[in-house]
This record gives sequence, C-alpha cells and structure tokens, in this order.
Amino acid sequence: MLTLAIVVPLVVAAVTLAIPKRHEHLARPLAIVTSFLPLVVVAISWARFDFSTGFQLVESAQWIPSLGISYTVGVDGLSLPLVALTALLFTVSMVFPFDVLGKPRAYFATFLFLEAISLGVFLSLDLILFFVFWDLSLVGMYFLIGIWGHGEDAKRSALKFFLYTLLGSLALLLGILGIYLYTDPRTFSMIEIIDKLPVPAGGLAATLIFVAVGIGFAVKTPLVPLHTWLPPAHVDAPAPASTILAGVLLKMGTYGFIRISLQMLPETFQRFALPLAILAVVSILYGALVAMAQTNLKRLVAYTSVNHMGYVILGVAAAGAIGLGSEASRSIAMTGAVVEMVAHGLITGALFLLSGSIYARGKTYELDQYGGLAGASPRLSGIMMLAAFASLGLPGLAGFVAEFQIFAGTLGVFPWLAAIGLLGIVITAALFLRMIQQLFFGDLPARWGDWKDLKRAELYALVPLAALVVVIGVVPQWLIRVIDTFSQMVARG
Amino acid sequence: MTEAMGQAAIDILPVLILAGGAILLIFYAMFVSRALQVWSALGAMIVLAAAGFAAGWYLGDAPDVTFFGTFAADRAWLWGTLIIIVVTALTVALSVEWFQSDSRHGEYYVLLLLSGLGAVLLAGAIDLMELVVAMLLSSVTGFALAAYHRKSRAATEAGIKYYLIGALANGAMVYGVALLFGLAGGTSFEDLRTGLVDADPLALIVGFAMVAIGIAFKLGSVPAHQWMPDVAQGAPAPVAAFLLVAGKVGALIVLMRLVMVLPESGVGWRPLIAVIAAVTMTLGNLAALWQDDVRRMLGWSSVSQTGYGLLAVVAIGRSDIAVSSMLFFLAAYAMGNMAAFGVIVKLRGLTSRESFRGLATPHPWLMGALVVSFLSFIGIPPLGGFTAKLLLMGAVIDSGYAWLAVLTVINSAISLFYYARVMGPAYFDDAAEPRPLMGSLASWALGIATVAVIAIGVAAQPLAAAWQALVLLTG
Repeated sequence: MLTLAIVVPLVVAAVTLAIPKRHEHLARPLAIVTSFLPLVVVAISWARFDFSTGFQLVESAQWIPSLGISYTVGVDGLSLPLVALTALLFTVSMVFPFDVLGKPRAYFATFLFLEAISLGVFLSLDLILFFVFWDLSLVGMYFLIGIWGHGEDAKRSALKFFLYTLLGSLALLLGILGIYLYTDPRTFSMIEIIDKLPVPAGGLAATLIFVAVGIGFAVKTPLVPLHTWLPPAHVDAPAPASTILAGVLLKMGTYGFIRISLQMLPETFQRFALPLAILAVVSILYGALVAMAQTNLKRLVAYTSVNHMGYVILGVAAAGAIGLGSEASRSIAMTGAVVEMVAHGLITGALFLLSGSIYARGKTYELDQYGGLAGASPRLSGIMMLAAFASLGLPGLAGFVAEFQIFAGTLGVFPWLAAIGLLGIVITAALFLRMIQQLFFGDLPARWGDWKDLKRAELYALVPLAALVVVIGVVPQWLIRVIDTFSQMVARG
Repeated sequence: MTEAMGQAAIDILPVLILAGGAILLIFYAMFVSRALQVWSALGAMIVLAAAGFAAGWYLGDAPDVTFFGTFAADRAWLWGTLIIIVVTALTVALSVEWFQSDSRHGEYYVLLLLSGLGAVLLAGAIDLMELVVAMLLSSVTGFALAAYHRKSRAATEAGIKYYLIGALANGAMVYGVALLFGLAGGTSFEDLRTGLVDADPLALIVGFAMVAIGIAFKLGSVPAHQWMPDVAQGAPAPVAAFLLVAGKVGALIVLMRLVMVLPESGVGWRPLIAVIAAVTMTLGNLAALWQDDVRRMLGWSSVSQTGYGLLAVVAIGRSDIAVSSMLFFLAAYAMGNMAAFGVIVKLRGLTSRESFRGLATPHPWLMGALVVSFLSFIGIPPLGGFTAKLLLMGAVIDSGYAWLAVLTVINSAISLFYYARVMGPAYFDDAAEPRPLMGSLASWALGIATVAVIAIGVAAQPLAAAWQALVLLTG
C-alpha cells in the first residue's frame, strides 16, 4: 500500500507530460486529484498504526540482491508524521494558485515527481533506495527553481542549491558506503543495520562515517555554517516550491540525523552529542539574529527556518546523549524535535505561501513597501498573524507544543545550552512582531488602494495548514502518541 | 600443432569474425560504385551482430587462456568485447547519415571495425607483444578515423595531435616492452609474474611506466590525455563518440591484467595508479569547467571519467568488487557517452554552448536524453553512472584508499557545474527555434544508449550477478 503512494504520483507525472497541448489545462486538476492518494494512504496507515512495535507496514522486494540492495519501504513513529506532512504540503502547494509560465504540464509533472521522491525518502528502509530518492529530490528542486523561479538570480540560486546539496549528498554516500562495508553479509537494509549496529563503536572509522553522513545532513538541514545555499534558493524559488523546500526537503536532513546518525551510530552520536548541540544553538541564535536584520519578507522567513531547524537538532542531540540526563528527558526532547519538524512544515509552509500571495499582489518582498494591509485584507492578515505567532511559539499553537518539549527535554540533558537557546525564541518573537507591524499596521500606502484579500483557491490551500497548527496546539495527543513509540525506544539507548 | 591452432581459432571466434568481416568489406568498398557505398554500413552491422552473437554464446563456457598463452578469452574479455561491439554498432548507426556526403564512406566502416577489433584484442592481451599489436591496430585506425573529414581543418588538426601524442606514447610503450622483456626473460604476463620478482626495482619501474604511458594514451589518462578534447571537438562527431570509449574499454582491462602480475612490493604500482587517477580526474574536471564548446567539454569530462575508472585498477586484488566496478564503469560511461554524442549528432554536430539555450522546449526528448547522460556522468541515481561510482568508491574504500573516494566525491560535485552550464540554459532560458535534425537512425542509436544508461542503474541485478565473481586471467 505504501508503494502506491510513491508509484502512482510517478506514473501520473509521466501521464501529465503526455497530455496533448490543447488539453493542458487538465494537468492541474489531474495532479491535485492524484495528490489525494498519498493522503488516503497516510490516513489508512495512521488508523492501522501499531503502537507496540517499530517498523511496520513493511513492503519489500528484491532489487540488486548481488549487492545487498533491496526495495523496502515501511513506517514507524518517526517517519509516519513526516510522510503525512509531506503528503499534505504537496496537496496544498498544488492547490495554491500559481502562474506556471505557460508550462502547466511540465510544472505539475515535476511537482508530482517531487512528491513521489519526497515520500520515498521518508518511506525507504534501504540505504540505497533512500539515497536514490534523496538525490532525485535535488534534481527535481533544481528544475523547479530554475524554470519557475523568479528574479534575476533564479538560475544561479538553482545551481548553488544543486551544487551545495550535491556535495552534501555525496558525502552522505561515502558514509553510507562506509557503513555498508562493515555489514556481513553485505546489506543496505536499514532495519538490519539499526538492529545489528555493524560499525564497531569508538573507532576512527565510526568517527569518519559519522562526520561524512553528518556533513550530508547538515547541508540539507541546514546547520550553520553550511546554510548559505538556503536563503537565495528560498527567495528565488516560486512560492509553492519554497513551501516544499522548507516544509519537506529540510526535514530530510533532520530525519537523516535521527535515522542514520543516531540510530545507526548511536555510540558515536553520543560522543558527538555536545558539539552537535552547540552547533544547533549557534544555528538557533544566528538564524534568529540574521532574520531580524532582513528587510525582505521571504529572506526573513528563510532565516527563521535556520533558527527552527536549530531547535530540531538541539532536541535530537539531547535525545541521543545517552548517559546524560534521564531517559524521560531524552524521550521528551526527541518527541519535541519530531513535533517541531511537523509544526515547522505547517507553519513555514503557510508563511511561504502567504509570501507568495503578497508577492503576487505587490511584486516585491520588501517589507517597507507595505503597511496597513490588515484593513485591506483581513483574511490574509489573520492567517499570516496566526502563522507568525505559531512560529514564535505562542502557547495554544503547534510551535509551542514542539518548542516546549524540546527545551523541557534539553534542560535535563544540556541545561546551559537550553538556556542560551531560549534566547532564540525571544529574538524570533521580536522579529515576527516587527514583521506583523510593518506589513499589517500603520497606513495603507496609496498605491495599494486596490489591494485584494485572499482568493478562494488560496484559502483552500492555507486554511488546512492553519487549522492543523491550531489543532496540534490545542490537542497534540494524537500526534505525540505516535511519535512517543519511537522516542522512548531511542531514549532507552 | 594444427589441431591446437584450430582450437585456438575457435576460442577467439569473435575476433576472427571481426577481422574477416572487415577484410570482406574492404573489397566491397573498393569495387562498388558510390551509390552502393552506404551498404557497407549494413555489412558492418551484420559483422558486429555475428561477433556479438559469438561473444554472447561463449559467455556460458568461456575458453579462458588460449592462443598459446598469449590471449585471455575469459568472461571479463567477453563482456568487454560486448561493450565494444555495442559501442561500434551505435557508432555505425550514428555515422550513416553523417558520412553520406563523403564519397569514400564505404571504407570508413572498415576502419571502424578494425579499430574496434584493436580494442577487443587489447582487452584480452596477456602478452606484451600481443599488447603492442593490439595497441597499434587500435591507434593507427584511430588516427585515420579522427581525420576522416580531410577538408575540415579542425578534423585534420585533431588527427595530427592524436597521431603525434599517439606516436610518442606508442613509442615509449615499445621501449618499455623491450625493457620488461629484458628483465623478465619473456613477454607473456606469466613470464613477467615469475621473472620480475627479483628484477632491479629501478629498471622495473621505468619499464612499467613506459608501458603505462602507452596504455594511458588509449585510456585518455594523464600523462597522455591531451588528444581527448581535440578529438572530441574536431573529429567527426560519431568518430569522437567512438574514440572516447572504445579504447578505454580495452586499455582499462589490459592495465588491470598487467598490474596483477607485477610484484606488489617492488614497483609500488598501486600508489602510482592512485596518484594518476587523482590527477586525471581532477585535471579533466578543472579543464572542463569553463569550456564553451560542448564537445570539447565532453572530451575533458571523458578525461575525468578515466580518472574514476582507474579506481578499479587501484582496488584490484584487494577488493572483491574491483572487476565488477570496472565493468559497470565501462558500460555506464560508454552508454552515457554514446547518448551525449548521439544528441550532438542528431543536432547535426551542434556544439557551441550558446546554441543549446532554450532547446528543451523545441526538442524535449533530445534534451531529456542529454540530461540523463549528464546526470549519469555526475553519478546521480538511479542511473548507470551512479551504480558505477558506488562500486568504484566502495572498492577503493575497501582497499584502504578512502582518500580517493573523497576526491571522487569532490570531483563529482565540481563536474555538476559544467554540465549545468549546458543543461541549465537549455531548460531555464526562453524557448529557442527548432534546429535541423538528422534522421531516425541517429534517434534509434541515441535512444538505445539512453535507455541503457537508465537500465544499467535501475535494472542492475543481471549485470551485478554476472560480474560479481569475475576474475581476470593473466596466463
């Protein structure tokens, strides 16, 4: 069944390309309808989720048995929420109205392709399969930014994104090979590797492998100082692609840290937990401070992603610091990190779509060009404020649930780092409040006299995201329960 | 003796078919009228099909060492032969329309067959004399092929450069062969294995280095790589496609066989090859960075690919995936190269980077094939180039040369830059006018090559199973 979520979008992507030119307006409805299938698969998987076990709903087939490569997919408490997030974000990004520059077939085919690939990353339980999807996500995003990006520099940003993340992913490949060469009999099966931990603990090899995969994930997450590809890619990407980039692709980095660095090299991870946590805190503060200095709306949101990914990694580092703090704190930190991944996807996804709405109306991201939009567009302002408050961690919204757990858990493991990291929340609060003030309050500049509020199609995309942010904020239990099955297992060590 | 001779002849049946077919075709091309010259292509195809069929047939029960200990007709050789035959057949398909205006193109196919035969002989050589003969056959025909457009300045220049470097490299090789013969007291690889154990290390390293220069010329590796960009740019496009890969297949296999018989302690050939691999891949990449001629860029990228291929040689004897990594590399690179040059042939030799701008809109299939081959060169999964790099890097890490894998990674990332300089504008810039195209034969050739690039990655299992236990025989 999980396979369907990957295969059907792929097949329909090819079909979309084959639609005759005179029917090309069918590409969008076809793509949107198709994107509901993964959502259904997620709903069924969620309903059938077995809280007493790890990997489940596993589907497996031989691929290249001579090299120990198989096609294996499945979910657990870590991947299921991310698969759900991915499926949802792709649907809303396609629903969101966007000028496809007269190439609807290519655009929606690329989007469906990228959806299948992204789901594949989180569903794969074979390292090569995982890597195949991982690398193809770069290719898909490269073409999305390059062809449909806006601004003078879109092509350069696309290339920069591709180069950086390719270098990261090749480092990851080296690490994967390193792990593979220790398995006996040789296999890329993630289940087996997590079960048997073939890499000898404590040695130089384990350290090198950890560093190699770590570089790969740190580029993708991104962690300061490997984040420089992110702001230009985000700013020049079309709004729906930014949403996918921030909401889904960044999660691949943090997912990798948990699934591979932590689960396959737990002892090495524990040795490096403190430096990783320090890097996370640097990302938190740096992302927040640089975001504060931005005058460009999209760039601002992009840097808050660096900040939020810092929270995630801080939680992950705390969770993997076996031996420090209590098992309960580590488990809470891990749950918080995963909830933050989901919350950030929803919130930042909404923020990027809203930036797209603002850009579509005003043709600029410069904050000082705007003002007083609250009166002219109450719906846009309302959802944007909700997302901004959620992002800065207001209680009752999804961001709070996540950040509270991350810091509650980390305090029991790295108290000092948690304390410093909390500063990040203060700065984010300041910058979002300032952003809201600049955009929505004050006087409406005369040239925005005919400023339009959100259209219905935009609401269809945004309301589900906003609603989930509230739901997770108020009743998070249904999400936390699924993640907890995973967190407790990891925290036990 | 005659009975042994007969058995040896049967063992190398694919070779005899190629040689006999080429001779028949010479007579055909000599005596028929211009209008009938084009049928020489069909003749070449039939010869290639027969040879390929024979090689495929022998895979079930490989003859192994034959021809009085001078030739290894083992499975690895049969696979190498099959790759060369497929490359030659694709080249024939790409050539028919390209050479139609040339009045002498009947002979062209003969040269192509003989050049392919040279590479086939190279892949099976386990005797220094055999090595020299194969090298010369492959080179001499190559020179003529490169300069086949004798009125084109670029082609003659490419031919002359190719010839000069080739003459130098082959000359050095003959000296090296003489030296090794003197040291070992015999020319067969078995003689080298036993005779070189106590040889003077200095003389041994000089002898090996000089032979290696000759092989490096065929491979397109440092220090005899300079002809690659010139031939890629100046030679007729189908010929360029052929020359960039056919020689590599033969040379890489024979280099592997040769190093296997060298004493590990005396020469230190493993670090030597490792350094050559490192320099080759890096130099090729850096030189390709700023090329504005797509064919020249492909020539330099071919140099860098040779560097990756040499990783398999570094790993031979230490990693059990060395041989299979080499064959995956050769197959994936050969098909990727045929696809990329196929696109150029289909676009009637279009080569300046500027003219690829916006071509994705009028020619989506062609640019799609180009992207597949480029992404395979970079090593993006699930394409053939990825499987190859995965195994190559695995093999060197396994052999204690992890730094080479790291360098491969860095080089692969760099290579994205120059491929993107062609791909990016093709897709991101405004739609261009459609270009005049070649006929459907070229489409078939490049289509087959592109599908093969994908299949070597996605459907790698049959090849992985066939290649995983292969051993290279040396006598």
